[in-house]
Amino acid sequence: MELNTLARLCDARGVSGDEAEIRDIIRQQAGGRVDVLGNLLVARPDPAGGPSVRVMLAAHMDEVGFLVTHLEKNGRLRFSTVGGIDPRVLPGLAVLVGRDRAPGIIGLGPPHLLDRKESPAVARVDDLLIDVGCSSREEAERWFSVGDYATFATVAGELGDGLVLAKALDDRAGCAVLLEVLAEEYPGVELHAVFTVQEEIGLRGARVAAHAIAPEVGLVLEGTIAAEGAGREEADRVTAVGAGPVLSLMDRTSIASREMVRVLVEVAEQAGLPYQFRRSGQGGNDAGAISLALEGVPTAAISVPCRYLHGPASVASLEDVDRVARLTAAFVRRVGTEGLRFRY
Amino acid sequence: MTVREFLEWLSLAPGVSGFEGPVAARIEGAWAGLAGEVRRDRLGNVIALKRGDRPGSPKLMLAAHMDEIGLMVTRVEPDGFLRFAGVPEVDLRTLPGKEVVVHGRRDLRGVVGHPPPHILSPEDTKKLPKLEDLFIDVGLAAVRARELVAVGDPITFRAEVRELKGGLVAGKGFDDRAGVAVLHQCLEELAGLHHAVDVYAVATVQEEVGLRGAVVGTYGIQPDLAIAVDVHLGDTPGVPEHKSFTLDKGPVITMGANIHPVLHRDLVAVARDLNIPFQLEAAPAGTGTDAVAMQVSRSGIPTALVSIPCRYMHSPVETVALADVARAGRLLAHFAARRTPGYLEELAWS
Amino acid sequence: MKELIGRLTGAYGPSGREDEVRRLIAGELEGHVDGCRTDALGNLIAWKGGPGPRIMLAAHMDEIGFMVTHVDENGFARYAVVGSMDHQVLLGQRVVFPGGRMGVIGSERVEKPEEMKHEKLFIDAGAGAGVGVGDVAVFHRPLEESGCRLVAKAMDDRVGCAILVEVGRRLTSAPNQVFLVFTAQEEVGLRGARTSAYGIGPDCGVAVDVTDTGDTPKARTMEVSLGKGPAVKVMDTYLMCHPGVRRALEESAAAAGTPFQREVLERGGTDAGAIAVTREGVPAGVVSIPTRYIHTPSEMVDYADVEGAVALLLAFVSRPLDLS
Repeated sequence: MELNTLARLCDARGVSGDEAEIRDIIRQQAGGRVDVLGNLLVARPDPAGGPSVRVMLAAHMDEVGFLVTHLEKNGRLRFSTVGGIDPRVLPGLAVLVGRDRAPGIIGLGPPHLLDRKESPAVARVDDLLIDVGCSSREEAERWFSVGDYATFATVAGELGDGLVLAKALDDRAGCAVLLEVLAEEYPGVELHAVFTVQEEIGLRGARVAAHAIAPEVGLVLEGTIAAEGAGREEADRVTAVGAGPVLSLMDRTSIASREMVRVLVEVAEQAGLPYQFRRSGQGGNDAGAISLALEGVPTAAISVPCRYLHGPASVASLEDVDRVARLTAAFVRRVGTEGLRFRY
Repeated sequence: MTVREFLEWLSLAPGVSGFEGPVAARIEGAWAGLAGEVRRDRLGNVIALKRGDRPGSPKLMLAAHMDEIGLMVTRVEPDGFLRFAGVPEVDLRTLPGKEVVVHGRRDLRGVVGHPPPHILSPEDTKKLPKLEDLFIDVGLAAVRARELVAVGDPITFRAEVRELKGGLVAGKGFDDRAGVAVLHQCLEELAGLHHAVDVYAVATVQEEVGLRGAVVGTYGIQPDLAIAVDVHLGDTPGVPEHKSFTLDKGPVITMGANIHPVLHRDLVAVARDLNIPFQLEAAPAGTGTDAVAMQVSRSGIPTALVSIPCRYMHSPVETVALADVARAGRLLAHFAARRTPGYLEELAWS
Repeated sequence: MKELIGRLTGAYGPSGREDEVRRLIAGELEGHVDGCRTDALGNLIAWKGGPGPRIMLAAHMDEIGFMVTHVDENGFARYAVVGSMDHQVLLGQRVVFPGGRMGVIGSERVEKPEEMKHEKLFIDAGAGAGVGVGDVAVFHRPLEESGCRLVAKAMDDRVGCAILVEVGRRLTSAPNQVFLVFTAQEEVGLRGARTSAYGIGPDCGVAVDVTDTGDTPKARTMEVSLGKGPAVKVMDTYLMCHPGVRRALEESAAAAGTPFQREVLERGGTDAGAIAVTREGVPAGVVSIPTRYIHTPSEMVDYADVEGAVALLLAFVSRPLDLS
């Protein structure tokens, strides 16, 4: 995976509900149609002409971020977080507000004023404001309005040896994988690649897309948590960056099709790709929505392990992204050549 | 360079207390063209001397510190993550998730990792992480990390300078590079003014860890008058109004025991005369700035303090108004230009 | 050198009352240095070599102690701590006053451990007269050897004094003017270093003192261990070491063939902190001896680290001073 390809996707704006910019970038490359909620649906008919297995691959375009809810008298912007952002990363943060990417600051009073005897509490989102430099509501209204979205201001780049640091790796990494997968052909498969919206606020895009497509096989491409850290117990780490594609067995939204997981493992081993199982039952992704569409869809997820998920600077391995793409492509190819359909 | 460009240029240079080399080199270069003599003293203070046109006139020392807060590597863990300490201390409220640069054998981009909510107990999610729960991820395996990073390497925030609306800028190290920019502005203004006094513009080291550069710099220069230029609490939610100063309403001129009353009076007089807006601060005891050290150097130095209001101090997004920097520079230049050769007599206590 | 460390750690010398230690050191240096004087605060300043730049090596003579503040009718003495000390290590410890009078530290009955503090403790110096207000006691413990480790009270910083004495004895010729300064009142605020450095006006200052380690169970994160060589300090509460001095010390260690460790101390300081801000500023650094259980009666060092420090410092003062 080229760093620049992934970096361009990560740097694009696309907070849940405001996915236009990232969608346009992806659409330029992949084409497709946009549905009512804003999902980008790219359909590829079976190059072999059929009979075909109808496969839906999904990666979500949206990212966690901020929504301006009020312009304060003092010219600052009150905001809500969109999606699950740990409030501990907020103080001291630069964000970009609105389509023009106006810089804004989420700050706290200096440590000099703290009572040294008490350990300071985590700042509550309700107590924080975005400082855009305006000194009155009237001034702020010239540039900003309620409903503006803001993103982390992070600029993606290389980290250490072969890692990438960026905002929104969840799930632009999956988007990058899906774009890569679309470059190949899969005889025996009617392929529906869906770049979904509103995953971070309840798997809402995938739900309507799956309903429209009625897939026989669902596969979700995600960025998932790698809780690695100094002094952290192995059992708490969930996944490891650089250790290959992550296969989920279960999370809070779905239980993966065991047959699919078995085939994914076989495909990975045949292709000589390392893989790991996600060691946590928490979290959730579009698989929850796809698996419950219509009469139910056998669904699994392949994920890119990412550190500091939902933070301003998440970290993933470019090689992991490649491996997820290779595993996905190999899996879809096998589904097509063998006409595989799965049960739970 | 405009004030904004100069401030950005300084901000992007690393200069953790004790490791001011890179930022000092930039300041030295910039001041070489503005002052007749520029030197670095033994602790690393950059001292520019712009001589007055009346030999025997008083020596005026202007000081702003160029060091910034930062971190230091204390250990490379077996999995390649770095442990660190604060220089001088860590504000745990602003560190998690932030980007840093580790100044090892080469500069390494990094991010401050902290325990994600899902591995914490419910009550721990409401608390700030402790220093021992934080680490820096530079994306290197231990073997490579040990090649490139050693215990004692300094770490700075990685932050772009960003322009907000209303003439504000945000970035790292504005405490007290904004003050250095004031001195720069002052030297530029002085180029067009006659001044009797010798003006020493001093970018001091190690202020954040104990005003150490000012202690030795003042001893070496032996000024007759001294003015510290630092940043001061800007208007920020959570900071009481009576303890903070509004951005873009002009520099803060302090009075109190740390300040010689005549210097204070005359700074205010110059500001009024030039229609430079300013804000007043009353500080009962120490000001926590280089002024504390300068005042008690040798047998005592008449000292004053001019400050730039700054929001979010000691974070990667310190925010100041560019106009305040320009105003303070102009104020100091004209203050210097208006001092007479006999000014010290006015300072004598009756 | 072990024998010297034994005598130095055994000597009595709380802050402000360093006379016995000073006499002992002056005697040891006699005939090995070019000159020697004692300044107003009681620092012992010896010099040797020259006529090049002035290098000041400093080790403090004083140790922590207990100053009697009140003696009740039964002879129980209350005290103020000279320096800093954790009350948790004190109960049952033996202390000694000048002249050899022994005391034992006892405690009032305390219901809960968290109520314990110095004010609940007292020195039981035996019945009868002999101890008065203002008298200062120090820990009473002889030097012990445990494998390659040495354990004693006042290893902080008599081990540094011993190292400086050894450097003074072994140094034959140096391009620099080397000042061996045995400072007073370090434990109460780096006071002796401040005045002696002002008096000498050195071009470079290096303190030789003990430092904490991070190599005991569940210790605070610190990358210093016993037995891995002397430590070259990067930072502590009072000092950002001059990069040129640090480099010169590290190169000297390499030249002397002694391993060294880098030290970042988050809490604490040494005489170098005071030396650095003297006059117009002095490039300063620290060579530290990794020490466990500092400010207890059982300060532990590794003898190899001590020998390594001597070799490092000899190499350092023997080279032309280059702080670029």
